[in-house]
Amino acid sequence: MKIGLFVPCYVDALYPDVGVATWRLLRSLGLDVDYPERQTCCGQPMGNAGFEKMAEPLAKKYDELFRGFDYVVAPSASCAAYVRCFHPRLLKGGECEAVGKTVDLVEFLHDVLEVKSLPARFPHKVSVHNSCHGVRELGLSSPSERNVPRFNKIIDLLGLVEGIEVVEPERPDECCGFGGMFAVEEQAVSARMGLEKVRRHIATGAEYVTGPDSSCLMHMQGVAQKQGIDGIKFIHVAQILSAGL
Amino acid sequence: MSTKHSKAAEAYLHDDAVATRHDQTFFGVRQKRDRMAQSLPEWEDLREAASQIKKHTATHLADYLELFEQRAVANGVHVHWAQDAEEYNRIVFDILSSHGVKKVVKSKSMLTEECHLNDHLEKKGIEVVETDLGERILQLMRLAPSHIVMPALHVHREDIGDTFRKLIPDFEEIAKGYAPLGIAQPSSLDNDPTFLTYVARMHLRRQFAEAGAGMTGANFGIAETGDVVVCTNEGNADMSTSIPKLHIVSMGIEKLIPNYEAMAVFQRLLARCGTGQETTVYTSHFRGPRPGGEMHIVLVDNGRSSILGNAEHWQTLKCMRCGACMNTCPVYRRSAGYSYTYFIPGPIGVNLGMLRDPHRYYDNVSACSLCCSCDNVCPVKVDLSSQIYRWRQQLDSLGHADPMKKMMSQGMSFLFNHPAIYQGALRLSPMVNWVPAPLINLKLNPWAYGHQMMKFPNKSFHQLWKEKKL
Repeated sequence: MKIGLFVPCYVDALYPDVGVATWRLLRSLGLDVDYPERQTCCGQPMGNAGFEKMAEPLAKKYDELFRGFDYVVAPSASCAAYVRCFHPRLLKGGECEAVGKTVDLVEFLHDVLEVKSLPARFPHKVSVHNSCHGVRELGLSSPSERNVPRFNKIIDLLGLVEGIEVVEPERPDECCGFGGMFAVEEQAVSARMGLEKVRRHIATGAEYVTGPDSSCLMHMQGVAQKQGIDGIKFIHVAQILSAGL
Repeated sequence: MSTKHSKAAEAYLHDDAVATRHDQTFFGVRQKRDRMAQSLPEWEDLREAASQIKKHTATHLADYLELFEQRAVANGVHVHWAQDAEEYNRIVFDILSSHGVKKVVKSKSMLTEECHLNDHLEKKGIEVVETDLGERILQLMRLAPSHIVMPALHVHREDIGDTFRKLIPDFEEIAKGYAPLGIAQPSSLDNDPTFLTYVARMHLRRQFAEAGAGMTGANFGIAETGDVVVCTNEGNADMSTSIPKLHIVSMGIEKLIPNYEAMAVFQRLLARCGTGQETTVYTSHFRGPRPGGEMHIVLVDNGRSSILGNAEHWQTLKCMRCGACMNTCPVYRRSAGYSYTYFIPGPIGVNLGMLRDPHRYYDNVSACSLCCSCDNVCPVKVDLSSQIYRWRQQLDSLGHADPMKKMMSQGMSFLFNHPAIYQGALRLSPMVNWVPAPLINLKLNPWAYGHQMMKFPNKSFHQLWKEKKL
């Protein structure tokens, strides 16, 4: 199985450790992983801001770079969701072979590989951040709005880690207020949502907040630091699942 | 980089206590709705059925409207057609003035808000009295609704007591009548909910008795029978139509459903989604005029048929105005109704405002983090967040794109479309860490408003990969 590793732009620039953790994790599972060097961004920042046209060439490029793989794995639920839900619209029914092969890391481990054990050890209490696009576009967990059987793929995977204690905050899938350029256009509402979310995570007594999206974690961390809150750390789920590798 | 909504929301959030209360109140309603949704095993099937029924009706609307008119006329009802707000207001005024009506009592109707009926009638000398308690409070305070189902939930009881005492002319007389009921006088009478409800009840009873006509909205119009169904919790629609002999129904043409089998589906969803009740306290079915009375139904288009022809936004016509999307919206809960420039706030309001007039109401399109929660509570599966995303795509061609957002998007687009330059920028990005904090925290940097600036690592993933340092 040939895996294309997609490390979205802001993970590339700001959270390379998340990319490294993902690469190590996939390699440890015996997979053939490649990283096409000309990759940049899925186009979501421009699309959500209202400039989808500027994202069109990126969607084309994405397809060219990744169509040859069996799966494209991204450590970012929101970017994987943008590819899956919006690239077909951007490409207007044209070539989009890579779309159906694109998965978030959690989906890939849980649904494709169906991993039942991991060598990771992380003896800490962590609060799970169920990010919106992971929940409501990729189905990483059952949305709290719906009457469907309860499940959470992130918690399933974290359950394989030795020594970990996993909790969820109150309002477990309410938005943290990042939303791309929403965070700068609706600064006040966004910061308020972020602060409330951080407080709910802290109220669980966890040492870490973890989730499948570095963007939400970046937002919450920035809000917490601005408010002088230092009682909690932020870590991507790939870093926990690969702990010790 | 801001909109009228974002500025109003920022001002609203300055009062921490008010903002916290607003969020908690409406999240509480969402939680009540969740309990209802979880208690029906067939919940998701009901949503799908409701969505399909609305789609079916919308795509056969002309046929169902004709059937509805035919049945209503056969039931002895006068049916009127209004193309726009102006025609609607004229029709209602003509009916009222030809009957010599000087005062009209009204149950809640967002359509009359949409058409500014109250202003129109009052300018022409007809007194309009809202009889839904929340609407009446707002009418006395000269405020607009802040939510479509719980219009005055943002008003505090202290302010209600104050308003009643100042603006209900016979307040003192009513208050005197409270003691004989044997209820102990609370220490601060004005703010006691039981007392205030008593005052409202006595005040409204007089209005019902004095009015020459009663007006209601319509939650549903049933094509097969010509019936109009009105759901309330206060019985005020029944009071408004049981005393005056003249009943006028205002109904948007999208309120139509085919038959009572369909009604059974919506009846199970409306209150559960709207307020977390199994059903509204009163569900009133009106089939014709009372003996010796008259009943009129005004069917209002006011832009609805052109929405039907809009491939990207026709689904808003499925909406039955339950308000669940507002209660779940994290942005609505933290910015409240008046931060929006359209009279309907929240996800559905953002979309309906754009359909009404994109040049007037584009400021609300920013009020969405694209969390998609609204899509999942909507009982008729309107694709609310996707529609907001699509409206954003149109802002540039409408001439309302934010210049800074556009510049940032162009910058990103240039960078991302040139991998070599992108990788060069990655190598330079850690230099941002050396920029002194006061320069970073300038007003020009919108990220610095609510966030500490992030620290760039020494090497990007790209560099680590190239150097084989994974």
